[in-house]
Amino acid sequence: MSALQQSVYLGFVISIFAYMCGAWLKQKLGWAVLNPLLVSVVLVIGFLLVFHIDYNTYNSSASLISYLLTPATVCLAIPLYRQLELLKKHFAAVGVAIVSGVFTSAACIFAMSLVFKLEHETYISLLPKSITTAIGMGVSEEVGGMVTVTVVCIIITGIFGNIIGETIFKVFGIREPMAKGLALGTSAHAIGTAKALELGEVEGAMSSLSIAVAGLMTVVVVPLVAGLI
Amino acid sequence: MKYVKECTIIFGITLVGELLNAFLPLPVPAGVYGLFLLLLLLCGGIVKLEDVEATGNFLLDTMPIMFIPACVGLIESYGSMKQLLIPLLVICMASTVIVMGVTGKVAEAVLSVKKNRDGVVEGEPDPALAEAMEEIREQEEQ
Repeated sequence: MSALQQSVYLGFVISIFAYMCGAWLKQKLGWAVLNPLLVSVVLVIGFLLVFHIDYNTYNSSASLISYLLTPATVCLAIPLYRQLELLKKHFAAVGVAIVSGVFTSAACIFAMSLVFKLEHETYISLLPKSITTAIGMGVSEEVGGMVTVTVVCIIITGIFGNIIGETIFKVFGIREPMAKGLALGTSAHAIGTAKALELGEVEGAMSSLSIAVAGLMTVVVVPLVAGLI
Repeated sequence: MKYVKECTIIFGITLVGELLNAFLPLPVPAGVYGLFLLLLLLCGGIVKLEDVEATGNFLLDTMPIMFIPACVGLIESYGSMKQLLIPLLVICMASTVIVMGVTGKVAEAVLSVKKNRDGVVEGEPDPALAEAMEEIREQEEQ
């Protein structure tokens, strides 16, 4: 057992193996709730608890994976560059819609944090919850939030947005494919974009564009509203 | 050599982003500085898409795995988070509904104004959109 705890690769291997299981399960059953990330986190936590492995032991090798997050965030420039033409063409619609989405998100979180009497640290950890995890984690860290809370909320938001998307479009009467894509990408980042791609190609293109644009706008907006609570 | 070159470019930009984050007094994550830098280099033609694409796509594909360690950190902070669970769930769900509805409605409103002004004929193909869709189709196939 101590060999397991001293292993340099253990955290690394169980993380990617758990993700593989999650991706396989999602492919087999196709339920939105079976988000591969969610499934793999549950599996890894279960493994650590069953074998009494300390989180720090796990993280000392799993952190190798986390290091790759910053270069991966840099690479988000690649899909954004590919969609630059689309952004230029529909600049007004994309800009206005995403700005309103980002501010609505901040306003909702502010109002509901007041209602639940949340502390400053929880409030700022919630602020970046609608954007892609890579940028959201960075934003949370920069303003002094709890990164774990941010990541968990980002995932809950994404999965919920993916499941509820079509119902919302019906209730709000949103029919325009471009509007649907912008709405999914701005509110539910990459997991919402998976739904947008299912709806159609226009939806998918606009949604993946919104991930980057909303993420970058949130970087600007969060520090502005972080001091409110 | 292809991968060595690609990694040098991507990790080099990451390093510059890290330094900018350390020296500029703005709350901008290192990755976001790097993102802008790479975008500028791509637009300026200094870095070509094929010089970062293979490694870039690999990093983007495996990105969800990189969030696992942070999420597993939940077992460390679970004790203090337990009583927050319900408020967090409610806030996440309610705000997602509102943000999605507002963004979609605003987008539709702006698009309809633009259509009326441009006199766009319903059902006419949009070249920029068609191009982006082509890109996505290719990526989906890979």
